[in-house]
Amino acid sequence: MQAAPPADRRRRRADLLTHIVLILGVLLFALPVWIVLMGSTHDGAAIGRGEVPLLPGAQGLDAYRRAWTEGAVGTTRVPVALMLWNSFVMAMLIALGKIAISLTSAYAVVFFRFPGRMLAFWAIFITLMLPVEVRIFPTFKVVSDLGMVNTYAGLIIPLIASATATLLFRQFFLTIPDEFVEAAKMDGAGPLRFFRDIVLPLSRTNMAALFVILFVYGWNQYLWPLLVTTSADVETIVIGIVKMIGTESNIDWSVVMATTVLALLPPIAVVVLMQRWFVQGLTDTEK
Amino acid sequence: MATLSLSGVRKQFGTTPVLHGIDLDVADGEMIVVVGASGCGKSTLLRIVAGLETASAGSVRIDGRDVTGLEPADRDIAMVFQNYALYPHMTVFENMAYGLKIRGMKLPDIRRRVDEAAQMLEIGPLLDRKPRQLSGGQRQRVAMGRAVVREPKLFLFDEPLSNLDAKLRVQMRAEIRRLQKRLGVTSLFVTHDQVEAMTLGDRLVVMHQGRAAQVASPMEVWGRPADTYVAGFIGSPAMNFLAATLLEGGGAAMLRAGPVIGFARAVSAAAAGTAVTLGIRPEHVEPAEGGLPLAIDLVEPLGSETVIHGTLPGGEVLTARLPIPASGIGATMPLRLPPEAFHVFEGASGRRLD
Repeated sequence: MQAAPPADRRRRRADLLTHIVLILGVLLFALPVWIVLMGSTHDGAAIGRGEVPLLPGAQGLDAYRRAWTEGAVGTTRVPVALMLWNSFVMAMLIALGKIAISLTSAYAVVFFRFPGRMLAFWAIFITLMLPVEVRIFPTFKVVSDLGMVNTYAGLIIPLIASATATLLFRQFFLTIPDEFVEAAKMDGAGPLRFFRDIVLPLSRTNMAALFVILFVYGWNQYLWPLLVTTSADVETIVIGIVKMIGTESNIDWSVVMATTVLALLPPIAVVVLMQRWFVQGLTDTEK
Repeated sequence: MATLSLSGVRKQFGTTPVLHGIDLDVADGEMIVVVGASGCGKSTLLRIVAGLETASAGSVRIDGRDVTGLEPADRDIAMVFQNYALYPHMTVFENMAYGLKIRGMKLPDIRRRVDEAAQMLEIGPLLDRKPRQLSGGQRQRVAMGRAVVREPKLFLFDEPLSNLDAKLRVQMRAEIRRLQKRLGVTSLFVTHDQVEAMTLGDRLVVMHQGRAAQVASPMEVWGRPADTYVAGFIGSPAMNFLAATLLEGGGAAMLRAGPVIGFARAVSAAAAGTAVTLGIRPEHVEPAEGGLPLAIDLVEPLGSETVIHGTLPGGEVLTARLPIPASGIGATMPLRLPPEAFHVFEGASGRRLD
């Protein structure tokens, strides 16, 4: 065999280097998940002793059964099933609500000329710069005065407006050619028909992408649910996990880890399912 | 089937006037081509007729009905856009049917009309495709189909051929003309292409800086252009212009370098000594012994004919289109400028004098 030309060799060396970096990255991200996955199949006491299990243990799926139906011993004892449901409802409604509100507000800002239009846009835009934490106490006051503490409504409504999503939709709407608007006018489509028949179908991919991001955002909410939920029936999974490890003694680590794994599943499912849709949407649109 | 009449249509964007009062009467079934360089206001005019833009003053009447204040949808018109504006997520059928569906037409009726139009435009096999699966020419047909199914009073075309390649453009041009004749729908066609304008229009509106410089049939625009702008815009290569001074009697003028040029149609509207611009089309210049000597500086052979560029003794630039191969660069060729081929324009205003 002949020696490879230098250019080839150099390229191969660069390939090797990128692969090493990539593999290191993957290990770095995957290792904690792997430890949790393995830990959930071990006896809780083993982890309590400081062992880091890297291989499946003897317990099998017992911890999952207990977590799903009973919850953690010595904590709130809310079954994980209920917490998952609560988190799911919250994440779902936040994602859908954010999309619905930003779509309509972006539509108004882009396609209509009305006094105060730019003012409205900038008002929305500026709230981008305010983190949720800044307004969290006034928001809590309002929510509690309205008697929405410990309700789904209290959990969801304060988080439902999104400047980011509005901005993204606005940018997308600006790329819709004026000719479509004009053709629709000639066809006799009013603003609502244009929205329903043209703008919505064209925004499908954007909606899918945003849904994934916003669902995960809703699912991972921590601070707000911590403030606004005190009763078990609206407790979310993130809060649940924190409460499980919050009690100093007697932590049933295998249940905690099983719960963590369960908490991971819905966002993964959403990403995987929507990704399919997302790719189909991408190949389906105009170049 | 309808007439269209514009009177005193003006448009201003902010303080910038774009249209300075356009008057136009279009007869039933007529195809009017609005032609002009970019920025002359031709598209604005079309959009005012469409109702996508509101006129600052003046009125638009379709079939005698004042539609100046009406929405585009209520004007009973259809428009073919430059980039076709086909909705990308709808099939060809849905695209064509959309306007009818909104107007509340029953599905069987819609299907019948779309099928009819599709057959006429030979796009029947494409009805289930999405626009992105079509070629440029096919999209163009679908865009026309969408206009045809509406059976409107008026067709508006906004440079619909400018995105096609040269060969397809010629083909679609002929098809649009045939279709328009066959349907007999009054049409307004906007273009910047003079060949399109000449071949498509029953009459042309040559626009220049927001005014209609001339409204006439293509042959009249070519044969008797109203001013130097129209004369230079229509015809390729463009008409030659020679600065001259009118002589006594109005039948001749003197070029700067001295030669006197006679023209067949004597000018009576201007006094002797008036500065005039003489126009002669390159195709009317003839090679002749003893004519004006042209110093050739560029030769463009086109096969069947040759375009030569050069300068006359007085320094005037002249272009000639000759049916013979010409001698090379640097040579001098004697040319005759036939008196009957001259157009005489007033030097200052550019208006036609003869």
